[in-house]
Order: sequence, then structure tokens, then C-alpha cells
Amino acid sequence: MRYLPHSPQDRETMLAAIGVNSIDDLFAEIPQSVRIKDGFGLPNHATELEVDRYFRKQSDKNLAASGAAFFIGGGAYRHHVPATVDHLIQRSEFLTAYTPYQPEISQGTLQTLFEFQTQVAQLYDMEIANASMYDGSTGTGEAVLMAHRATKRKKAIVSGGVHPQYIEVIENLSDFGSKQVVKLPATPQALGKAEIEKIIAQLDTETSCVVVQTPNFFGELSDFTALADAVHAVKALLIVVVTEIVSLGAVKAPGTMGADIVVGEGQSIGVGLNFGGPYVGLFATTKKLLRQMPGRVCGQTVDADGKRGFVLTMSTREQHIRREKATSNICTNAGLCTLAFTIHMALLGEVGLRKMAMSSHNGAVALAERLAKINNIDVLTTSFFNEFTIRLNGHNANDIVNALAAQNILAGLPVSRLLPHGDNDNLLIIAVTETNTDEDFDLLETALKGAMA
Amino acid sequence: MNEKTTNKMNNVGRPSAPNQAESASEQIESASKHPTFTGNKALQINEPLLYEVGSIGQTGVDIATPRDIKTNRLGGLDRTTEIGLYGLSEPETMRHYVRLSQKNFAIDMAMYPLGSCTMKHNPRINEKIARLPGLADVHPLQPQQTVTGAIEVIETLAEWLMKLTGMAAVAMSPKAGAHGELCGMMAIEAALRARYEQGSETKKRTKVLIPESAHGTNPATAVFVGYQVVTIKTRDDGTVDPKDIKAALNDEIAAIMLTNPNTCGLFERDIMEIADAVHDAGAFFYCDGANFNAIMGRAKPGDLGVDAMHINLHKTFSTPHGGGGPGAGPVVLSEALAKFAPVPFVKRQGDRVTLVEHTENTASFGRMTAFHGQMGMNTRALAYILSHGQDGIKQAAEDAVLNANYIKAKLKDVMTPAFEEQSAGFKRPAMHEALFTDDFLKDTGITTLDFAKAMIDEGFHPMTMYFPLVVHGAMLIEPTESESKASLDLFIATMRDLALSAKNKQTNRFLGAPFHAPMKRLDETLAARKPILKWQKPQPQAEAAE
Repeated sequence: MRYLPHSPQDRETMLAAIGVNSIDDLFAEIPQSVRIKDGFGLPNHATELEVDRYFRKQSDKNLAASGAAFFIGGGAYRHHVPATVDHLIQRSEFLTAYTPYQPEISQGTLQTLFEFQTQVAQLYDMEIANASMYDGSTGTGEAVLMAHRATKRKKAIVSGGVHPQYIEVIENLSDFGSKQVVKLPATPQALGKAEIEKIIAQLDTETSCVVVQTPNFFGELSDFTALADAVHAVKALLIVVVTEIVSLGAVKAPGTMGADIVVGEGQSIGVGLNFGGPYVGLFATTKKLLRQMPGRVCGQTVDADGKRGFVLTMSTREQHIRREKATSNICTNAGLCTLAFTIHMALLGEVGLRKMAMSSHNGAVALAERLAKINNIDVLTTSFFNEFTIRLNGHNANDIVNALAAQNILAGLPVSRLLPHGDNDNLLIIAVTETNTDEDFDLLETALKGAMA
Repeated sequence: MNEKTTNKMNNVGRPSAPNQAESASEQIESASKHPTFTGNKALQINEPLLYEVGSIGQTGVDIATPRDIKTNRLGGLDRTTEIGLYGLSEPETMRHYVRLSQKNFAIDMAMYPLGSCTMKHNPRINEKIARLPGLADVHPLQPQQTVTGAIEVIETLAEWLMKLTGMAAVAMSPKAGAHGELCGMMAIEAALRARYEQGSETKKRTKVLIPESAHGTNPATAVFVGYQVVTIKTRDDGTVDPKDIKAALNDEIAAIMLTNPNTCGLFERDIMEIADAVHDAGAFFYCDGANFNAIMGRAKPGDLGVDAMHINLHKTFSTPHGGGGPGAGPVVLSEALAKFAPVPFVKRQGDRVTLVEHTENTASFGRMTAFHGQMGMNTRALAYILSHGQDGIKQAAEDAVLNANYIKAKLKDVMTPAFEEQSAGFKRPAMHEALFTDDFLKDTGITTLDFAKAMIDEGFHPMTMYFPLVVHGAMLIEPTESESKASLDLFIATMRDLALSAKNKQTNRFLGAPFHAPMKRLDETLAARKPILKWQKPQPQAEAAE
């Protein structure tokens, strides 16, 4: 087996040095009755070539985004990631290191985490950020729990514009933690200003936090400044979720609107689609709430010579010190995905991110205008970044998406995929990024026209 | 940059005859006598922050000009103020991060015996196949018929995990080990709730038994799910006593969370008796599977009576540790818990595989995360598993255990193996980890931390320090199966040399170490007391003086 260095002779020599007769002696404490004798009825070892062949076969069964006209968003976006990013994250020193427990020999990881925290705080316009969460959805769940801790209250009011699976994560954590979730309806018409008014009317001194998203699940942008004031008036916290981080290259930041916690998905930068994971959760808050924040944090310090360096810090919040009193049970962060994010963001810089954002936005505007002209299609979203919802009057969005997929067009996300209950079978969410060409637009427009005829 | 050397020309750079007899400390002294102009030391190049080498105007990506549109549709929410992001050109980016990478220790360089973390070789075929377009460049919400190959990969890995562990089901979505623990404890709570709903039990079970040797995540997880923690002490030989468990069991106990092999590197030899007692009391057995690497292919947790166990794909199945993630923590479940597994899960009907994404018409307790879990880790773990096959997996566990016992045998006369005295007359093998205490450092003035830092100078990553908490000054060494005999022998020789130095009170080798790393010891107290968590633009001189 190519990964195992010992020769049979090595093993014999080592067993003799230990003073046992056979390897079985080292497993003597496993009860006789459960020792495996004849394997599992599974295949034996395979060559690298065989393994490669198996995965190629599996890969070839799928329709890759790069092989299609691609318009799916819904919390994961296809952006171009420069080759430099993937090369750098595969350097042995980054790829095969672990958590920087020994800072003297982990400054590479630590300094990039410090850069990452700075970038996230800047993008969100918040005072501090942590070293990442597993992904946007789990980060959002943790943000709600953090708000409960900080306010010593138990009720979260969740906008219907938050990604439906994020809401399911919040509900699941709240269910097991005996916390209350007040969920507002998830229809494009009920959101925006109308919903904000409804939320404000529901605020009370039991409310720990309000969770909203921008751009929301249907693509609509909202200003939460007035909401933030109302939330603060009852001493609750405003949590703003951002599932498309690129939007912050064009749109006012949640911190500027008065958010107390901003949490979201960083997958668009550096990470790729990966069929849903691994992704990278971004998490930021105010200095005041630092000690309630979950997850790892990297901080600046000096070494014995007075030279600047970085360490993991604030670990008195964490489970290896606090055990049952920890702020969270989280033990890892998104590691290599934070590195990919940091490097891609460093390559972009302010100039690149803004251009990437405008390229995505302008493409979406251009496509929305073209689709609006098709018979029986209504564009429901008025202000948006790179994603908007259309209504296919008289048609089932899921059927149309399936029909177009057969022509290598991944037309968007049928709302009913995530919200199967509700009057939304004819709603389709379409996302555009800088990767979409005019040819993609032509293909989608023509195919939709055909399908709607 | 080192201020002391700035603006001083290096005029002593002429080659001189090498001094063979030069000791480590003399080398350090000579290095300080030869400061460089840049503060760099040959291959050790200092690298400032992105914010000190880049600028707001710089970028390393060419992006096509955005399409012309009449008006934007941002609804007046345009970001008009500066974000503050700094950019670098592509060559500058490459250098910045390559230099930073060179300040990291990594498995690919040398032995990384971090106990409980299973720092094994990360095969590169795993990286290659994980990047195939049909596996990496697919969206989680594509129509399922366009991603059957990806769903089958999840299904195949799930089958292997169920067979290797002898369990009935597996939840594939948890994002890391601790997330898997949470998932397993939620499944247990869901099963208990079903009992209350059916009326087969009326009293709420509110407590979880956790041995004091457990990972810190275990109690943190139990509390997250709403339980109180009852701590079980470790007996003198490093394992838990079934008598203690039985005494603590009653109708308030929901579960026990037990690590096996445990964090002392020992197999809980009474595990089946414990499992029976737990089940007899109506409770569930959660096993922390962090140390599954030691027994895979030799025993199935299902046969030991486990109801739920997470598997760290980044430990046992070689997905890269990546500087602290991403992990992946699938949870295998017993028959009793299987139906409560979270969505999504794979369903096969004949030739057709689908992902069930909604809880309707299922007993599923809910959703752990958006989408389907760590697909990129699943592909890598399956590549590792297929490469090894059932024979290779068993051999890997055996070599991991062999290596740990070899280290223990070769170091026990100069260091202090934990629990050795208590086990006199009955020599208990270690599993895949060798645990030592700091007894051998008594009266030397050298601590476990000092010892670890001296290992850094010798080119090794230190072992896990001060964990588990049940022994004094713990040193937990996990070599994994990836180390050759030559590599182990060098490690052993080095550890012996260090231990003898310590015993001879040669403290200068330890106190203040590391001397050869890119940094001296860092002030962690300062970092925590005055948190600086992001870069801030330096204030102009005049303002700063005010």
C-alpha cells in the first residue's frame, strides 16, 4: 500500500522492540467477540489510476456549471476564481498544517487569518470579525444563539427573506435549545418595507434579535437603518445575513445600517461551488459583543524580542478551556477556505471587487430587462444586486428548469425546491455573475421563449 | 522590519571558514553578530501585512468591463464610501503568500505528532479528483438528475462508513467533528422525545454522563442540546470504571458521551459492559470517534454497542487539515436512531438516487446546515478509502498502533508513560497514541511547554500538550501510520536527547525556546488583554501625538 512506509521486516523489528509477539497482542483489549476476522466484503486497495478512473466516471455523469449556461444562485454563486488562488492553497505549508497551536511555527496561517478578519470587518463595515465559521447557515444559527446569550432573552424574529435553509438551521438549533422563533411569511410580495413595518410592530422586550437578509432570498435589496433603530429601542440586536458577499462591492454595508451582528457566506470569493461545501462562514460584530462571539479569533501581539506576531486569542470563550460553559462547541474554522477567500480578496482589492460587483449587477439588470419582454414573464424584484425573481405565468418553474437542463441550460432556482408549501410553483430565481456571457443570455432567452410559448 | 538593523549596511558578509564545532547556542550568537540590512535571514524572509505591501488602487485580476446599462437597480443603496480593501498584483500576491506559507510547519515537512489530531499523510490524488469539474463545479441546487454522479459519491462513502462501523445509517451533512457531535446528540434527543410523545416514557431525561478525560467539545455539545453534564472520573489506569457508570445511571440520564479509544490513547476495555448498562437504563451511547483511526478494520463500533459516533474525515480519512479546517463530521447511527437523521439524506430506488431535502413524511429531526455538507471532503475521504481498500485500512490502523507503542517502548525509560505504574503486572498496550506525564521533568525547572518548544528547534511539531487534563503536564504523541521506521527512530533519538538534557538540568536549551523558529515565544496574555483583531490604518503623526 503506497501510503504505508513499513516493510514486513520493519514491523517485525518494531514488535520485537515493544516486546510482543504479534500485532494482535497490541489489540488484545478489544473483546474477542467483536474482533473482525474476515473483512467487510468490500474491495481491497486500489491503484491511483483506478481511483482516478472511478472519480472521472462519477464526474462525467454530472453537468458541470462550466459546461452549461448557468444561472443558479440561492446562496451559492459561480464566480471566476483566479488560478493563483488554487495554487497557493495547495502549498504543503498551508494545506497540511493544522490549527496554529504553536504560533512560533504557524505565523503563515495566523497572519492570513488576521488579514482575513480585517477584510471581513471592512466588507461588513463592522468593528471585529472572527476567523470564520463552517458556513453562512451555521454561522447564522450561532449568531442567533449569541444574541440570546447577550440579551438573556429567547425570542428571535426571522424575516421571510432569509434563505429558507438558513431558517431551517435556526429553527433546528432553537428547537433543541428551547428557544422561540417567530417566522414571517416567505413570499416576495410580503417582504421589503411592508415586512419591516410588520417586524417593528412585533418588537417587544422579549425579543432578543431580528434576523434579516440583504439581498434577500428573492434578490431584493433593503435598507435596514430604520429597523436597526427600532430594534435597538427595545434593547434587542439586529442580525443581518449576506449570502452573496460580492454584493458588498456595490451595496451599502450592513454595519453602516446599524447591524449588531453581520453573518454570511464567503463562498463566492475563492471557494467555488463544490456541490454545497466546504464553504466559509463570515462573522462580524461590535467590540462590545466580543466576549459573546463564537468561533476562533486571531489577535496581534509581540514575541520575546518585541517583534510583531499573531496568536489565537480570547480562548477563554472556547470549549477546550470552558468545556460546558463555552460560547459554542465549535472547534475548527473553515481553514483553507478562509485562506482562499483572503488570497482572492487580496488579488481583487477594492478596485477588483467593485468591478466584479458591477459586472455581476449590470449583467443582471441587462438580463432582467430582456426577460421582462417575454410574454407571460414578470420580473418581481425591483431593486436587486445580481439575483432577481421572475414569475412564469401559467407555468411550473420546476418543469421549465428540468426541460432547460436537458439543453445544458441551468436556468435558475425554482422557489418550490426550497419552499415546497406555498403559492410559488411559478417562481424562478435567476442569478447572474461576471462569468455569464452574452451567448448565455441568448440561450436562456430563446429557451424560455420556447418553453413559455 | 527589524528596526535595529535598518539603515546599517551589512559589511561583514564575506565567507568565513565553517566552524565544525560550533554549538547551537554559538550559532545563535554568531547570527546576532551578523545582522542583515533587511532583517531577513537567507530563506527566512520577513513579510509585512497585506495592508503594508498592497494598496487600495492595486488589483491582480483583470475583469471584463461591465455591460452598459441605463441606470443601476441598487435602489439607492450604492456603496459610496471607501471599503478600505487593499490589493496586490498577481506576482506580488504570489510572493506575499508564498513567503507567509514558509512560516508554517506542515505534515509534508516533518513529523507532526499532535495527539488526538491524526496528522497523517494527505495524498494528492485526493486533491486532484476533488477538483474534477463534475464534482467541484456543480451547484448544490442544480436539478438532481444533473448531479447523480455526485450523489452516488456521497452514497458510496456512506456505505463504506456504515460497513466499517457496523451501523445502520449515517448523516453526511455535519461540517466538522463538533458539528457531528451536535448532530448525534440531537438524534438522541429526538429519539427520547419520540418516547415521550408515544407515552412510553414520561420523565424527561436531562443529563449526560461525560468522563473527565473527554474532549472539551463533548460537554459544550451536551449543553448546546440542553443537557446538564455529569462528570465521571477516570480510574487510576486511565479508563472509566463500569461501576462508576452504573452508579450514575438512572432515569434522568439521556446518554453517555465516551471516546474510544479514549484520549489517554487507551481502549476502554469494559466498553461492552458500559454499553449494556447504558442501554438497560434506557439511555444512549454516544461515542466520540476522533480516535477511530486506531481500530478501523479491527472492530466495529456498532458491535461495541455504540448508538451514534461522528467520524472526523480530516483525521481518520486524510482530508487536509488546512490550517484548522475545513473538517467534516459524518455521524453513523444505530438502528434505534437511524430514522431521526437530519436532512438531506440519500435515497435509492433501483437505479435512481435522490437527495431527500425536506423533513415532511420522515422522522428526521431537521437540518444541520444549508445544502448537503462537505462534498469536497467526501470526495477526498472516499479517494483515501478506495486507495486503501478494506485490507489497507486495517493495515493503516495496525501501523498507527504499532508506531505509538514503539515510541512508548523506546521512551519509557527516560520519560514517564502515564498509567504505567498503576498497570504494573499487566502491561497494557497503548492504542494509536502514547501518553506521557511531566513526572520526568520534576525538579528540573522545565515544563511541558518548554519541552515542546525545544522540540520545535529540533524540527518537529510538538505533541499535544496539557491534554488530556487527567494527567499532570500531559504530552500526547500520535505518530499515525504515515511515519517510516527511520523517521520514528530519529524522533525517538531526539526525544531521548531532550529528556536526558532536561534531567541534567541543561535548562538553556528549553527556557526561552524556540531559538531557531521564525518567531520567539509570543505573548498570549497581551493578545488577550488588549485585543487587536484587525489591521488599522496608522494615524498620521500629528494626530497620533495629540
